[in-house]
Amino acid sequence: MQRDPAPPRPPASSPLVRQPADLRRNIKYESELDPTFSDRIATLAYGEKMFSCIQCGTCSGTCPVSHYMDFTPRRIIAMVREGFRQEVLNSVTIWLCASCYSCTCECPREIKITDVMYALKQEAMAQGMYPKRFPAPVLAREFFRGVEKTGRNSEGPLMVKFFLKTNPFGMLKNTMLAFRLWRTGRLSLREERMKRPGDIGTLLRAAKQPEGGR
Amino acid sequence: MRYQYFPGCSLKSSGRSYEESLLAVLRALEVPVEEIDDWNCCGATAYMAVDEVQAFALAARNLALAENAPGGANGKPAQILAPCAACYLVLLKTQRYLAEHADLKQKVTAGLQAIHLSYEGRVQVRHPLDVLVNDVGTDRIARRVTQPLKGMKVACYYGCQVVRPFAAFDTVHNPTTMDRLVTALGATPVDWPLKTRCCGGTLNGTIPEVGLRLNRILLNEAKRRKADAIVTVCPLCQFNLECYQGEMRRKFHDDLGLPVMYLTQMIGQAFGLSDTALGLQRMFVPPARVPAVQEGGKAAHA
Repeated sequence: MQRDPAPPRPPASSPLVRQPADLRRNIKYESELDPTFSDRIATLAYGEKMFSCIQCGTCSGTCPVSHYMDFTPRRIIAMVREGFRQEVLNSVTIWLCASCYSCTCECPREIKITDVMYALKQEAMAQGMYPKRFPAPVLAREFFRGVEKTGRNSEGPLMVKFFLKTNPFGMLKNTMLAFRLWRTGRLSLREERMKRPGDIGTLLRAAKQPEGGR
Repeated sequence: MRYQYFPGCSLKSSGRSYEESLLAVLRALEVPVEEIDDWNCCGATAYMAVDEVQAFALAARNLALAENAPGGANGKPAQILAPCAACYLVLLKTQRYLAEHADLKQKVTAGLQAIHLSYEGRVQVRHPLDVLVNDVGTDRIARRVTQPLKGMKVACYYGCQVVRPFAAFDTVHNPTTMDRLVTALGATPVDWPLKTRCCGGTLNGTIPEVGLRLNRILLNEAKRRKADAIVTVCPLCQFNLECYQGEMRRKFHDDLGLPVMYLTQMIGQAFGLSDTALGLQRMFVPPARVPAVQEGGKAAHA
């Protein structure tokens, strides 16, 4: 079988135009990588140890959801180190991580892989790099907003907002479950709040002030 | 010494029976607890996914409240009792990271100062399992048992975040505190390898195709090992494993019907506390009972 010749590299000045030949391309040029990505993630996650990863794959082996991932945790670490920013931030992997800390406990190089995943989630959220209506980031954001406002999480209202924004039909499917929860006194649409919810906004803003290092 | 009780959001809604049974059991054991005044959400896994510094600041407010609670611990570090696995981990992690990273501590301290609070690090974060085994002791619990759970086989499910990553009071790979407690109640813990395997956390809501499968593995394995019930100490594990059994029946034709109970409910049963005191009427799957004993002392359905 005859192979297509390697596609010509687009001139650095021109915007990248996707051409049919590009679709077959499965290599990435070094100039397209983000050389600052790994440092940024390592700082966010207190993960300087990430650079000592020996690619043994223990994390992927111990991860209960690695076989549903597009890139296993081991590959994610390698890709972060090399600067594959787009691929990593768009991956399902970071949102499949349920923070069970198995990998963090087993890693022979003591890399806090769960924290690396958190750093990637933060980066993806900050840059809006996830599929539209993709549920996991929506849940995180709605949770964040709710707590910012009232100081506590209200499970009922959170679920309603979550389903409206991601999958309105999912709400119908879950009506029965919601009804049973309500009947047993385990679900309420009332908003939980602190006595002084204003404190939370003040606290979060003050902690975020730039003069604090890092 | 009074424990500073940090309920967290779940114990006030979907995990209400955990709070009810926990407080009832602690009362029966004469362990004094006091709810932290005006506590706030710990941030769970969601806050850490949005902003790290803010997540630590949010959790640190609770640590500061407990540290400065009036009528404190006479020189001893204040004890926070955090029954929810996520709250427990987040509080513990915040405490450790603040101690390890001066720059983070500085930012969080600035945040706390803005709301006239201070935190020095003199608190101890405790999980009920830890308190029941190490402070109360299995002997005292066994002495209080009035209706031993003889013949009941239970799968002790610790979940992720109680023992990982810090393993503050039990081992990471084969924790045994819960097994020792149910043994003290007269029940038999089944030997099973999924004690700390992840239930999926919030994946049931966000990516149910994966979440449900994770739950299913746990339930089916417990059933295969002839457990009469799964016992857990995390409100999210309990919710995932119990409330989605109907969905699993529809999707995978699993006939499970396996009770998933809080450890504290089981302790309460052995103490002879009433069903309503333990929130047992809130369960979807009827709770496991001690098998009726026939004449001659043999269990009826054994």
